[in-house]
Amino acid sequence: MTDIHVTSSTPTRGGRHLLEVKDLYVEFHTRDGVARVINGVSYHLDPGETLAVLGESGSGKSVTAQAIMGILDMPPAKIPSGQILYQGENLLAMPEEKRRQVRGKEISMIFQDALSALNPVFPVGWQISETLRTRAGLSRKDALKRAVELMDLVKIPAAKARVKDYPHQFSGGMRQRVMIAMSLAMDPKVLIADEPTTALDVTVQAQIMDLLGDLRRDLNMGLILITHDLGVVADVADRIAVMYAGRIVEHADVRSVYKHPAHPYTEGLLDSIPRLDSKGTELATIKGLPPNLMRPPTGCAFHPRCKYAKAVCTTETPLSLDLGHGRTSACHFAKEMLDGTLR
Amino acid sequence: MAHSAENVAGVRPAGEPLLRVENLVKHFPITQGILFKKKVGAVKAVDGVSFELHRGETLGIVGESGCGKSTLAKLLMRLETPTGGRAMLKGKDIFKVSGSELRRMRRNIQMVMQDPYTSLNPRMTVGDIIGEPYEIHTEVAPKGDRQRRVQELLELVGLNPEHINRYPHQFSGGQRQRIGIARALALKPEIIVCDEPVSALDVSIQAQVINLLEKLQGELDLSYIFIAHDLSVVRHISDRVGVMYLGKMVEVGTDAEIYERPTHPYTQALLSAVPVPDPDARAHRDVIRLVGDVPSPANPPSGCRFRTRCWKAQERCSVEEPLLIRRGVEPHPSACHFAELRQVVG
Repeated sequence: MTDIHVTSSTPTRGGRHLLEVKDLYVEFHTRDGVARVINGVSYHLDPGETLAVLGESGSGKSVTAQAIMGILDMPPAKIPSGQILYQGENLLAMPEEKRRQVRGKEISMIFQDALSALNPVFPVGWQISETLRTRAGLSRKDALKRAVELMDLVKIPAAKARVKDYPHQFSGGMRQRVMIAMSLAMDPKVLIADEPTTALDVTVQAQIMDLLGDLRRDLNMGLILITHDLGVVADVADRIAVMYAGRIVEHADVRSVYKHPAHPYTEGLLDSIPRLDSKGTELATIKGLPPNLMRPPTGCAFHPRCKYAKAVCTTETPLSLDLGHGRTSACHFAKEMLDGTLR
Repeated sequence: MAHSAENVAGVRPAGEPLLRVENLVKHFPITQGILFKKKVGAVKAVDGVSFELHRGETLGIVGESGCGKSTLAKLLMRLETPTGGRAMLKGKDIFKVSGSELRRMRRNIQMVMQDPYTSLNPRMTVGDIIGEPYEIHTEVAPKGDRQRRVQELLELVGLNPEHINRYPHQFSGGQRQRIGIARALALKPEIIVCDEPVSALDVSIQAQVINLLEKLQGELDLSYIFIAHDLSVVRHISDRVGVMYLGKMVEVGTDAEIYERPTHPYTQALLSAVPVPDPDARAHRDVIRLVGDVPSPANPPSGCRFRTRCWKAQERCSVEEPLLIRRGVEPHPSACHFAELRQVVG
């Protein structure tokens, strides 16, 4: 692989972003009613950039990614409105045949649990080369040769000897590397990593995050990292989008968020994690539970758990407030939060 | 063994420990053949672990998957029979007692499981789940008294006592873990083994459960064995921490000794690999990247088990197994021939 070190994250051609999600809504129609899981999510991604999407279970972070990939089960899912622009083209308006050309080739995805994402009855080399055979039209031999190269790229030791091994013969970290190799087979420009290290141990997690960071830089890919781990985000992300109840509540560069969170939910999250470098006293908690999306609270979805909640929060849904420097917060009192005057 | 001196409350680690584990071993046999099973090897899940637990203390056990920390928990619960070693609880070996004595012993050590979704029976009400221990240990709560006891427990763990007739699916993950904790408390144990009690929970809920565990410890003078892979959580809750690697304890000390003055290379690597929630720390963090994976416990390396991934490994490490003893000036034991202080946190 050639060494290309492009770290700039300027939008491609004429201010257009590589990938842009615009005011996306997703709902699930179930027997018990409609769950509105994504309520107007917008974010963008440029080449060579890492965007972290942070949120707890049920916040909609994975559903957004699945909508981008076009792998949502519809029904029960439905996308009533919104756009997903890839290099300016709306993926949602594309015919399925054309969209298949984007999926996997332009935008690729890796999943949390590599063992269940791999087919246990085929060798890993065969699985990595499958896309190359069916999509790029390579012969079996050439595809397998390329699979070895890809395994080398993701630093699987003795790739040539292991290309015929089965998934169960690999450790958890190595399986995740196989998944990454597979996702890179068609040289995608966007890689979506959905909790790629959650099932792994810390020392292996560090190896995989390093690998993803190197690949992003060398291949100048845009990386969307979906995670709930505030430590991982601080380590690798350029920008961060914090999700709660299907909305992006805060969106900013990673330094600003950790230094001065502009949304009470982000602040609560940061306060509630124990620290490695000090024992600390009692942990601050966010009271209560995440909302049921079948019956979301009125006004701001976070208000029943917010320690700053005021009357207006219970009636009016806060809009995403522009705070300058590409920073937004969906809190009525975002400015006061930044000033430190919110009580 | 004579155990006359009762531990004086508040004084630790001086005095007699509540639980003393000595050289605990668990090997799972690997067999071949169907009818005539032949033992061809053994998975050495726990291979000579010793530690002490004092009253009112939390001992954190950290390590990566496959290091034997959950097997250790099962052994202490007597859900597995050890291959060797002993565990003295108030002067009695918990692996030797039987009959009514075993029943009494079991009352004293209870467990909180990892997954609050699978560890509660979906067909039982919360009242039945928490009250079930009383069916076996009838002497703890007479029949007419049980409902009141269960409601007290619900209140103690921060749940509404009126929800006694609800089913587990009506509760969220954090609330279910509270039910699991209430069940563990039902028999008034002195020791609670917590096996990854918060790893299945979201960050904001995790803090609530950790605070609850700490509150209960203060109120009921409980001792915890807190097993987790999240090093930040372990530091927060533990008084002392033991680091395990491939069935062995490699370093033991107080939370400050392990986190601020680690001497074993594995502890140092483990700590340095934890992502710190501070973007400014990126540049000046001293990160040790371990190569490779944990070797199989069925065929561990000779000598020091960590040597295959260690940057300090020398000839001596492959022949001589390092003992868990005090080395150099550091006051806490470390199982490395070349133990030396290296600060990696902060």
